Amino acid sequence: MYDFTPFIESITSYLNENLSPFWAGLISMVLLGVGILLFYAVLGLYLVYAERKICARMQNRMGPNRVGPGGIFQTIADLIKLLLKELIYIRNADSLLFNIAPFIVIVASIMAIGAIPFAKGLQAVDLNIGVLYILAISSMGVIGILIAGWASNSKYSVIGAMRSGAQVISYELSVGLALLGIITFAGSMQFSEIIASQEDGWWIFKGHIPAMIAFVIFLIAGTAETNRGPFDLAEAESELTAGFHTEYSGIKFAFFFLAEYMNMFIIAAVATTLFLGGWLPFHLFQWQGFNNVMDFIPPVFWFFGKAAFVIYLMMWFKWTFPRLRIDQLLALEWKYLLPINLMNLILIAFLTLMKWHF
Amino acid sequence: MALLKTIKAIGKYFYDIYDGVTSLARGMKVTGSYFVRPSSVVTQKYPENRATLKMFDNFKGELQLIHDENNKHSCNVCNTCARRCPNGSIEIIYKKVEGADGRTKKVLDKYVYHLETCSFCGLCVPSCDEFALRFDQDFEHAVFDRGKLTKVLNKPGSSSKAMKE
Amino acid sequence: MEETLLDFDLRDKEEYIINMGPQHPSTHGVLRFEVCLQGEQIKYLRPHCGYIHRGIEKMSEALTYPQLVHLTDRMDYLSAHINNEAVALCVENAMGVEVSDRVKYIRTIFAELTRIASHQLWWCAFGMDLGALTTFFYGLRDREHILDIFEETTGSRLTQSFITPGGLMADVHPNFQKRIKEFITYFRKKLPEYDQLLTGNIIFRERTHGIGVMSKEVAIDYGVTGPSGRGSGFSCDIRKIAPYSAYPFVKFNEITLPEGDTYARYVVRIKEMWESLNILEQLIDNIPQGPTMLELKAVKAPKGEYYQRVETARGELGVYIVSDGGPSPARIHYRTPNFSNLFVINKLAKGHKIADLVAISGSLDLVIPDIDR
Repeated sequence: MYDFTPFIESITSYLNENLSPFWAGLISMVLLGVGILLFYAVLGLYLVYAERKICARMQNRMGPNRVGPGGIFQTIADLIKLLLKELIYIRNADSLLFNIAPFIVIVASIMAIGAIPFAKGLQAVDLNIGVLYILAISSMGVIGILIAGWASNSKYSVIGAMRSGAQVISYELSVGLALLGIITFAGSMQFSEIIASQEDGWWIFKGHIPAMIAFVIFLIAGTAETNRGPFDLAEAESELTAGFHTEYSGIKFAFFFLAEYMNMFIIAAVATTLFLGGWLPFHLFQWQGFNNVMDFIPPVFWFFGKAAFVIYLMMWFKWTFPRLRIDQLLALEWKYLLPINLMNLILIAFLTLMKWHF
Repeated sequence: MALLKTIKAIGKYFYDIYDGVTSLARGMKVTGSYFVRPSSVVTQKYPENRATLKMFDNFKGELQLIHDENNKHSCNVCNTCARRCPNGSIEIIYKKVEGADGRTKKVLDKYVYHLETCSFCGLCVPSCDEFALRFDQDFEHAVFDRGKLTKVLNKPGSSSKAMKE
Repeated sequence: MEETLLDFDLRDKEEYIINMGPQHPSTHGVLRFEVCLQGEQIKYLRPHCGYIHRGIEKMSEALTYPQLVHLTDRMDYLSAHINNEAVALCVENAMGVEVSDRVKYIRTIFAELTRIASHQLWWCAFGMDLGALTTFFYGLRDREHILDIFEETTGSRLTQSFITPGGLMADVHPNFQKRIKEFITYFRKKLPEYDQLLTGNIIFRERTHGIGVMSKEVAIDYGVTGPSGRGSGFSCDIRKIAPYSAYPFVKFNEITLPEGDTYARYVVRIKEMWESLNILEQLIDNIPQGPTMLELKAVKAPKGEYYQRVETARGELGVYIVSDGGPSPARIHYRTPNFSNLFVINKLAKGHKIADLVAISGSLDLVIPDIDR
């Protein structure tokens, strides 16, 4: 019912008929870029607001409630404040690297948004190695963090950046292996095919126990990838002031901040697509009536609803648990998550071979 | 023997994982239980609730000289409160007048109270024999000009009950 | 021979010095730590105090004994009542007078409420330092109930100046008993939540087991008293060694644990909160009637030297008064628990990482104005 493919086809065919292929391609890419940037900025603003409200509710208080009805313009006020702040230049810092670091982090996360399917046909580019592309691009974010720490010419920043670099590189392994399990089940790395293979049930239900273990490991490793939650010692406020982004002020700090929230959204979107069925509605066995009611809700709502649930889980982790130390974090990855991941993968391969999943 | 040790080590490994995950789940249950109960919010909506906000009776807000409905206060310039104050936040300025019976007595001219140095210790109020002082419940003392914090506590045109005219 | 703080210099080129300066989110006040690091490991640690020295001992020489209360509760402001009680007991012993039983009971009730409030604030700040930011709000939410009890009777929440030589400044409010009983029932339900949220948590246990181990000999050498000392097996509770006020009339346990690491110090404080609730229950129903203030002509200590010690929430506070017979003390000196507790931190933190330094200084529960007076 809700299919965006004809709509997209009509735009591309209109452009192709009236202009030369070069201009048609250029204009469609510009439109796409503007659309993704707008989406990125607006979603980032509202994720910050949602986090403040959720954490306030867990702490027996109200969140922002003055700027706008219910405080919804609070983040816009914060953004204006950050834009007006003075950008402090450090004398002995490497100015090219210092200025380029926030851009690397932001560009890496914007590029990852391009591959995620929001509804049928609403996907920027449907690569046949979709999952691998997202993993590779989000690994580029760590380059930005290391450069930021090094170029700040400050002891605190270097410590924070080195810790963060070690953390991200270790947890990428777990993220990849957890996703590899679902790819084994589905048989393809292309996002639209993975979603098509879930039409008779989401992988978290079809794959029973191994898929649930893979989901939990993916959540933990994903939280660690984005320097969030109990793994945020790179920016631990109570230990080293602000870690690798101590020396950044104004809009550059806003870039790091925004990139962290959007990375969280990307992890949630990938989890939704691979484990929770993407934009597919929730069908219960073969009950026609129930399924028709579920079909009536547009897929975009299903996608964002499921992503919101995963984001809520990640926020719940952050506000409940104390922080891990760097050696405990690395021990968790190498001694616990990686062996369990490998065992799980072998189990999933075996199940796929014997067709013992639903 | 070595086989038994290995089995025990593997068992301990999985038990550690189980123990860790359940302890984390218990913590999450506590915060989750507060999330789903909106009635557990304890924030007071100040300053919108100024109309209904009532502090306790004994609250030490600001020092006040008690005036009754005829604009009379009870200070008899004995200087006890100024002597008891540990850091000199009370200054009593008096003038000498001829009384009806020919003797000079002291009459209160200005009861100066330095709010900026008062530490709200409460030593002055119980020391007054005439019960002339009390603490008000006003707590909003912030001003833009420090001169406003030096207050004169006796109202203009008031006279003392303790002095018989 | 053990090296002292003064004879250490940087030999290794890989070492560098970091300042956890006077303004820092986790040092609970203005305290400067000079930390020499190699990678992430701490090689030595030198604390610099004195940023909030206000000259309380010198100022007290110009005040009379009843006026001292306005300065003593600004020393360790989280155990304000107990500080006032120390000075009041010292002066009363010097003058040779004894207060009525009602005053003793009420002083002890206030002291135990202060102890619970101080431990609640410690718990919430400790959790926040380790990264569990929600604990801050839960601790403060429960502390508000105690502060309401204080405010109803004394008029202030933090610096109450209520206990004075000779008795109390005023009588308690009629609602006093009812509020305390409600608080005891409320808090008994909330304290297990503290355990569920933080104590049993595996991340917390990993961060605090085996960190900052202080043996009993080190605790006695440095004079570390209070829950920090009791976490190393040093039984130093003044309420048991030299009972004062209403402590001879109540039954309670002194909690000591032998391990001496951060987790032991944490558990001692949580268990002390339970014990304080028990003490409150024993006292609250039996407050005898009587006068709340002795009729004293003049509060003057006779010529001589007098010492009194009490157990604040952080350790042993000693008040030493040298009097020449006048209305003001000639010299007053406070032996504060935080001063001794601070300087053991170099020994505890050597060899650990920076993240552990935050956990150790949080578990020693330092209040900086008490160090500097």
